[in-house]
Amino acid sequence: MPTLIRRLMFYAVTAFVAISMNFFLPHMMPGNPVQAMLAAAGPSLDHRAVAALQAQFGVGTGQSLMSQYWSYWINLLHGDLGISISHSPDTVTTVIGSSLWWTVVLVGTATVLSFIIGTLVGTIVGWRRGSVLDQVLPTATFFQAIPYFFLATVFLYFFAEQLHWFPADFKGYDTNNYVIGWNPGFIGSAVQHAILPALTIVVSSVAGWIVGMRNMMVTTMDEDYVLVAQAKGLPNRRVIYYAARNAVLPSISGFANALSFVVAGSLLTELVFSYPGLGNLLLSAVTNVDYPLIQGIFLIITFAVLAANLLADTVYVLLDPRTRQEA
Amino acid sequence: MLRVLKSPKIALGLGLFLFFTLIAIIGPSIAPYSDPLKLVGTPWQHPSGKFLLGTTQQGQDVYSQLLIGTRPTLVISLISGVIATVLSVVIGVSAGFFGGIGDNLLSMLANVFLVLPALPFLIVINSYLPAGGKSNSTLLAVIISLTGWAWGARVLRAQTLSMRKRDFVDAARISGERSWRIIIFEVVPNLVPVIASSFVFTVLYAMGTYVALAFIGAIDPNAPWSWGSMLFWAQSNTAAQVGGWYWFAAPGICVALLGTSLVLLNFGIDEFINPRLRAAGLSRKGLKAAGVRSSNTLGLTPVVRKTPVPAATILEETV
Amino acid sequence: MSGVVGNKRPAGRPGVRGDVVLEVTGLCVDYGFSEDAVHGVVDATLTLRRGEVLGLAGESGSGKSTLAYAITRLLRAPGVITAGDVRFHGQDGDYDLLAADGETMRQLRWSQLAVVFQSAMNALNPVLTVGSQLTDVLKAHRPDLDRHARRDRAAELLGLVGITSDRLSSFPHELSGGMRQRVMIAMALALEPEVLIMDEPTTALDVVTQREILEELVGLRDRLGFAVLFITHDLSLLIELADTIAVMYAGRVVEYAPATALFRSPRHPYTAGLLNSFPSLHGKRVAMTGIPGSPPDLRHVPAGCPFNPRCRHALDVCRREAPTLLELPSAGRRAASCWLQTEGYIPPEALALPEPTHAGARIVARTGALAADLRNSDPQDPQIEAAGSAL
Repeated sequence: MPTLIRRLMFYAVTAFVAISMNFFLPHMMPGNPVQAMLAAAGPSLDHRAVAALQAQFGVGTGQSLMSQYWSYWINLLHGDLGISISHSPDTVTTVIGSSLWWTVVLVGTATVLSFIIGTLVGTIVGWRRGSVLDQVLPTATFFQAIPYFFLATVFLYFFAEQLHWFPADFKGYDTNNYVIGWNPGFIGSAVQHAILPALTIVVSSVAGWIVGMRNMMVTTMDEDYVLVAQAKGLPNRRVIYYAARNAVLPSISGFANALSFVVAGSLLTELVFSYPGLGNLLLSAVTNVDYPLIQGIFLIITFAVLAANLLADTVYVLLDPRTRQEA
Repeated sequence: MLRVLKSPKIALGLGLFLFFTLIAIIGPSIAPYSDPLKLVGTPWQHPSGKFLLGTTQQGQDVYSQLLIGTRPTLVISLISGVIATVLSVVIGVSAGFFGGIGDNLLSMLANVFLVLPALPFLIVINSYLPAGGKSNSTLLAVIISLTGWAWGARVLRAQTLSMRKRDFVDAARISGERSWRIIIFEVVPNLVPVIASSFVFTVLYAMGTYVALAFIGAIDPNAPWSWGSMLFWAQSNTAAQVGGWYWFAAPGICVALLGTSLVLLNFGIDEFINPRLRAAGLSRKGLKAAGVRSSNTLGLTPVVRKTPVPAATILEETV
Repeated sequence: MSGVVGNKRPAGRPGVRGDVVLEVTGLCVDYGFSEDAVHGVVDATLTLRRGEVLGLAGESGSGKSTLAYAITRLLRAPGVITAGDVRFHGQDGDYDLLAADGETMRQLRWSQLAVVFQSAMNALNPVLTVGSQLTDVLKAHRPDLDRHARRDRAAELLGLVGITSDRLSSFPHELSGGMRQRVMIAMALALEPEVLIMDEPTTALDVVTQREILEELVGLRDRLGFAVLFITHDLSLLIELADTIAVMYAGRVVEYAPATALFRSPRHPYTAGLLNSFPSLHGKRVAMTGIPGSPPDLRHVPAGCPFNPRCRHALDVCRREAPTLLELPSAGRRAASCWLQTEGYIPPEALALPEPTHAGARIVARTGALAADLRNSDPQDPQIEAAGSAL
């Protein structure tokens, strides 16, 4: 499938750009931030860690920039992202590994749910254009404009602290009674703790899908093939399907654009709920000026976003036969 | 253009936006206390006549903080919006107009920036900034605009491509007009609604991003003092949990309202660009007056008899 | 021939050729509700007979498509039907289409009244296969057919229009323009409707493909016996194809006549103008004059007769008062909406040419095999016999 191969090549270029920026950015900044970081964190690190960090950021090693860049790539390809300063002596890979899945499961599930709910609601609102359902739009607009973290705080305050529907100690699960693993106690607790953050992400992001789908439905319903579906005397269900099946395509191709916002919002949501995912980790890395960890998290998030985009592209190719045409 | 104002969406959006602009201008001079960090009362006071929005955990006036914080929030968002829009017009229009390898490279660049997760990227950049840089408004606006131009550029490129094939552009080209003159006098004026939409969207994006960066402390939380600063300190002091919800709610709701005003403006512009999105031709009111339920009109033209059926006229004959 | 396609045709069909199947009386269609609503169709009256081709001609914006879509009640907002009566006389009973509810209309549509749209590219859903778009009609209207039967029927329908059944799994973008329009026709015939409404079905095609498809259509009509309401701006095409022609102008039917009579002896100056704007292949050479000016904007229809500003014969009364559609003396049924044809006025020579006296004159007027096909009514046709016995 030429479309997917082309997209794959594009993602490879994007990954290359992200990785290279990750390397060159600290070198372009004034005042050598890495040296400042090492000076500040130095006393708490053992000398091997300091040496490793100096090598990673090319501080005081006398290597040329290009040979540093080369060894940066070699290390990266070995899965070596360096040592986390704030979690020393743990490596960045280890630290990220323990947070990654929390975020992937939470954000992944919430995003898919939000997309499905938003698309279905948008389909109906668009189909019933001019009816009472149009009132959904101003509400959706307001929710679209509310920052995720604000909604997260409101939810936390009302549902956890006032109503006690959900636990207010957000550490991802009940750390006192369960251990991480495939046991029902842990999974139940983790799900219970994930509901509010997930709800935040869904409520904040669903408006975008609703509005987008609604507008595409309205546009699509003017198409002749929808009129033909009505002329054919098909049941309403089928007529809606005729329109929605086409209207959903821009939503899927716009997934990349939207995902950037969802990821940003989710990171902040994690902060509010003290959720043990990448968002919280990134913020603690910022607070602790832990450059290797900041870089590592940025790369991992980028890769995850690229993978999600590739998935969306695959779905698009499956849904739109025109992209499968032999070139 | 006045007819645009008839849309309630645009009118409401514009009204809200002008209100916040006014606050941004006069806010610092009408604030009861000119220094948002000045300790003026006992901590955690609830809203009252003295402190309209209560006090903070340290006893600062939330109302003053809100009024003073409006200007940097709005100004940085607008500057970012302007820079990003200029970038997107220059890159998008020239890529679309000139085509070729330049177009391929610029499109690729725009797509890379679209796919890269913007907030983590900004956090990375800001984490390397020296302390002075983290409180430099202009620098912040520039950095935010770096991640905000790609969407507009892509839309404008597509529009320019279709514009390029139109007759009046061909005519200008054949008559020997220089490319930059065609772009400035023929192409760009026709793209104004799209550029406006892209600008409003970018301002919205910049505001959300700026507030988020301040909220997580990736930039200096005190200078310049903004709504994001309030959210940062309220969150760090768990304001909502200890009963100081107004400290958190006031800037949060303002962000949401300003955001809503921008979304509404964008809706209005979208309807202007895409007439299909305008309300369906048959108003619900009209249908109701005629006694037709609007839900019954999908795929079934309504029959609303105004006059009695005309007496069967000619051509009526026995079969 | 009384063609039977498939095995599902109920006994009792075909109906009597010549019976009225669709009757439109005084139909008015507005766009919008307000006082300044645009009148898309004003007081339109038409009769379609079983097995007949009724042509609806007019320039774009004349209301011909509005009329057709209003009949099936497919006209979209802001279209509203404000007056009139549409009756469908089907095999299983009479229906008042303007009083019918959504479910009745849904069942009537396609099974009795099918539509072929102008642009097959836009009329076919781009993301569904041809097969699925053919079978969903069967699924909706013939619940007794199982998946295999539906598929077989879909293949058979494609065969009817000369497309192989391996195209069932193709998507619309994989077909040529002509093939797409054939698929649309096959789809329209899926349930053997009584009436086929064709909205400029060949306008988007090249001339050769256009001709092929029309010839196929005529053949199918002769085999299956459906009636056709054929909408086009191409009057010359209608003169070959149609039995009866209604000419529309500014939302009004201005002339209504058998095709030959209309061609040989137009009674409305607009029709005469249209006939003068294309060259006749067989008639005597005359200077092509066309019609000065352009059709009116429906928002600002001139007072009096809407055609008066472009009419070279316009009188004072034409500018004051709108004429009504009046039945005129003729061998067939014809009518025109023109003051010149009203009692007390004397029409100019061009609008008073004698009608062709015998049916044979029609064939002479026509061109090529298509006309021969069309007129190929066998006196021994069982349908006619059936008609005779029924009477």
